[in-house]
Amino acid sequence: MAYLRSVPRVWREREIKYRLIGGVCKSCGKRFYPYRQTCPACGNDDVEKIKLPETGTIEVFTVVRSPPSEFAEQAPYVVALVRLDDGTLVPAQIADVDLSEVHEGMRVEITLRRYRVQGERGIIEYGIKFRPLI
Amino acid sequence: MNSMRRVFIVGIGATRVDEHWDKSLRDLMREASLKAIQDSGLSKRDIEAIYVGNMSSGFLQGQEHLGSLLATWIGVPGIAAAKVEAACASGGVALHQAYLAVKSGVYDCVLVVGVEKMTDAYTGDLTDALVMAEDQEYVAFTGLSFVALNAFVYRYYMKKYGAKQEDIAYFAVHDHKYAANNPLAQHPRPITLEEVMKSPPVADPIRLLECAPTGDGSAALVLCSEEKLGSLSNDVRLEIAGSAVATDVFSLHEREDPTTLHATVKAARKAFSMASIEPKDVDVLEVHDAFTVLGVIHLEDLGFAKKGEGWKLLKEGQLEKDGDLPTNTMGGLKARGHPVGATGIYQVYEVALQLRGEAGKNQVPDPEVGVAQNVGGVGSTVAVHVVKRVR
Repeated sequence: MAYLRSVPRVWREREIKYRLIGGVCKSCGKRFYPYRQTCPACGNDDVEKIKLPETGTIEVFTVVRSPPSEFAEQAPYVVALVRLDDGTLVPAQIADVDLSEVHEGMRVEITLRRYRVQGERGIIEYGIKFRPLI
Repeated sequence: MNSMRRVFIVGIGATRVDEHWDKSLRDLMREASLKAIQDSGLSKRDIEAIYVGNMSSGFLQGQEHLGSLLATWIGVPGIAAAKVEAACASGGVALHQAYLAVKSGVYDCVLVVGVEKMTDAYTGDLTDALVMAEDQEYVAFTGLSFVALNAFVYRYYMKKYGAKQEDIAYFAVHDHKYAANNPLAQHPRPITLEEVMKSPPVADPIRLLECAPTGDGSAALVLCSEEKLGSLSNDVRLEIAGSAVATDVFSLHEREDPTTLHATVKAARKAFSMASIEPKDVDVLEVHDAFTVLGVIHLEDLGFAKKGEGWKLLKEGQLEKDGDLPTNTMGGLKARGHPVGATGIYQVYEVALQLRGEAGKNQVPDPEVGVAQNVGGVGSTVAVHVVKRVR
């Protein structure tokens, strides 16, 4: 897939994706991930870049059993919306956990992991996943 | 707006939704187009512009530029034509564009076609295509499938309102019951709630028989102005009395309440106001139930039930053809089928069938007002159309 064969596409997102950078709107106070210069809630263009907290709680989750093609060898896997400790909601995979152990309200922390590979000759895309907080 | 022209649906046509191994993307949209033109009583030479609603032809067929392609394949090269894309709402948004084209006075006669050819692709590739309705860079990137996003909505809905999965999943049973009498339906057979609840999970809690199937199909409508209508001898005139499109915050995780699709609320309010109707005036309804729980949520967001109580309409029998709110009377997305970019046009095709009194065994008694709601992504775009029968 053409969109999976780009090195600069991955490189330019390194700050937001590897450091979990979000935004806080200086007008309405909305906190969001990923960072961008315009608030998705109120449209204000004055947004502060923030490093989001590294711990949170699983709000909802599901088990992907029929995955997109580049995730085929990982299925079944858990994806969740994690409510970070500052209230920001982030979509991510949950790692290092048995399917039967995952539950709403589970405390989790960030960990940098492999997400997908750009074909046989492409680069590996990394990103933030969450694992149970010990 | 009131000073502007009125817009009528004068021709309808559709292929069966199916695994059409012997038909290509262009075969399907050509067939639906010619049927709609023939039904209208106009000649294809009367068509001045074409809008094609389609989501994934570039990814699945390696084919874009569908407007010019279709114009040539139905033998009218030279006219204005373009593809319109808004994920699963491509059909509804294409219809909105076609409506505006006639409403504005630029064109008197326009063809709008929805088409999707899904069975050329492997399942994994289709999953890739569908999740492109969400944010590729930050959401699809995590391995979330489109079904998984809807699973989140399902979890939130059950948690917030204490609704039971059995009551929500019944939407699939409802759809199949009506598809059984629809000759164009992909799955024209009844199913039981037990079958739905025992089907395998795709993304927990969503089970396979709660999901619209993948299939191929195309539906088309011919729209024209009142002036053009004058030359036709239709007994029953169908007017597009309201046409609205609205968007919501693109990604589900950035919305305040994932159990309400604000784009539905906004588009419905606008379309109902244009048509001077209220929810109680609706005689036949088509909702975009790509997943059972979304069907329930749509009933609420369109104004037919309180939040958290949409499933009660199903349980009380109000969605049956002789109920207060006949809904998905030709099988809905679940059983008529959901060839993504074509769905918004199939819905209005079916509303038109009902208003013309041509819905066969599924005919609702004497309907005058029909509404169709078509959703892109998990509500990032919603199109709502109101069609009225005018004598």
